[in-house]
Amino acid sequence: MDQTANQLQDQFQQRIDLEQKIEPKDWMPEKYRQTLIRQISQHAHSEIIGMLPEGNWITRAPSLKRKAILLAKVQDEAGHGLYLYSAAETLGISRDEMYEQLHSGKAKYSSIFNYPTLSWADMGAIGWLVDGAAIMNQVPLCRTSFGPYARAMVRVCKEESFHQRQGFECLLQLSKGSEVQRQMCQDAINRWWWPSLMMFGPKDDESPNSKLSMQWKIKRFTNDELRQKFVDMIAEQIKLLNMVLPDPELTWNEQTKHYDYGAINWEEFKQVIQGNGPCNKERLEARKKAWADGAWVRDAAIAHATKQAKRKAAAQTYSAKETE
Amino acid sequence: MRLYLQKNHYGDYGDGHAGGLEQDANQDQQKQWPLWEVFMRSKQGLDHKHAGSLHAADATMALENARDVYTRRNEGVSIWVVESKHIHASDPDAAAEFFEPANDKIYRHPSFYDLPDSLKHM
Repeated sequence: MDQTANQLQDQFQQRIDLEQKIEPKDWMPEKYRQTLIRQISQHAHSEIIGMLPEGNWITRAPSLKRKAILLAKVQDEAGHGLYLYSAAETLGISRDEMYEQLHSGKAKYSSIFNYPTLSWADMGAIGWLVDGAAIMNQVPLCRTSFGPYARAMVRVCKEESFHQRQGFECLLQLSKGSEVQRQMCQDAINRWWWPSLMMFGPKDDESPNSKLSMQWKIKRFTNDELRQKFVDMIAEQIKLLNMVLPDPELTWNEQTKHYDYGAINWEEFKQVIQGNGPCNKERLEARKKAWADGAWVRDAAIAHATKQAKRKAAAQTYSAKETE
Repeated sequence: MRLYLQKNHYGDYGDGHAGGLEQDANQDQQKQWPLWEVFMRSKQGLDHKHAGSLHAADATMALENARDVYTRRNEGVSIWVVESKHIHASDPDAAAEFFEPANDKIYRHPSFYDLPDSLKHM
């Protein structure tokens, strides 16, 4: 029995090494399944919770154009959540179980969404920095070893690019505006920069799941590799905004050909993950309220569908009798 | 010849998703909206292709949700939805035997035939 298990295990790793995708009905190690359920559902929850900080500004967007853009973006986040939930469902977990895990606090979502959106410039900073960091993570996931996850990520990535571009454009406009607008822009960058760096997760030597995820090609790059890429990208892009990143240690390193950056406050990261961020409670409450408030709609839709199905069946029986 | 179609394979989803509206014994107890598979024609003249899945109470809602989830940027001109439980799938564990008959018939491919280079338009 053990030998068969080992054999299956070896065959599985061989397929991964040959870059063959794993599909839902294929044999997979239980740990692979559980890792994916955790990662994909966490990713889906992040998309759904991610609607809340931005939803905060829909009614207060400075123009109709910005409002339409923000609405479209928030709608995309909902869509991304749905792609990902259905990818996770192929692994044998139900949608309701995943919601339950989110609402009970068992499942996590990205710590970034536990920060408040204090000014309009935050919409720009989120698009540029938060979505920018997300894209860094997500592009390699288009080649992840699990088929449904990879396919969902291809869709997500196609749409994310708009998110990042609209964010930068929003900040670019503010950066060319009045002194107050410029300050607002800089303030948003100051507040979102460090939490964005934390989005890549713990340092490599403190990331226990990374090694196996790399071996299984769920992940293609380590947390630190992706974080460095992000820093290099943003450190250049910010020059176009004539703003600065809130890190006095940020310097170009001629030897490594990368930007060096200052120490991340991992204690803050830990606190936010553990539920002590500025908005953890508010976000989860909002989510639970939406779910509870929607219960009657879900029930009504089922009742309506059941009634319609019964009526249709009855009509068919009747017309069958008529023709007899 | 064995029949490889198995009722217990709902496309990518397991038996847990089998429960649909009309199949459920306790219809009034039904809480979760059933799962639907979405197929999309990206433009006129092309096949409908599997796009993903979603939950909806009935076919009308499934079509509307599919439009909102999968065609926000004009990705489709036509959508099919089918409840996932109605999909029968071949068994991946039996894939080797199931598809075996095609393996040794290389003469079905044009490259099997060694023809002189001077032969044109073929």
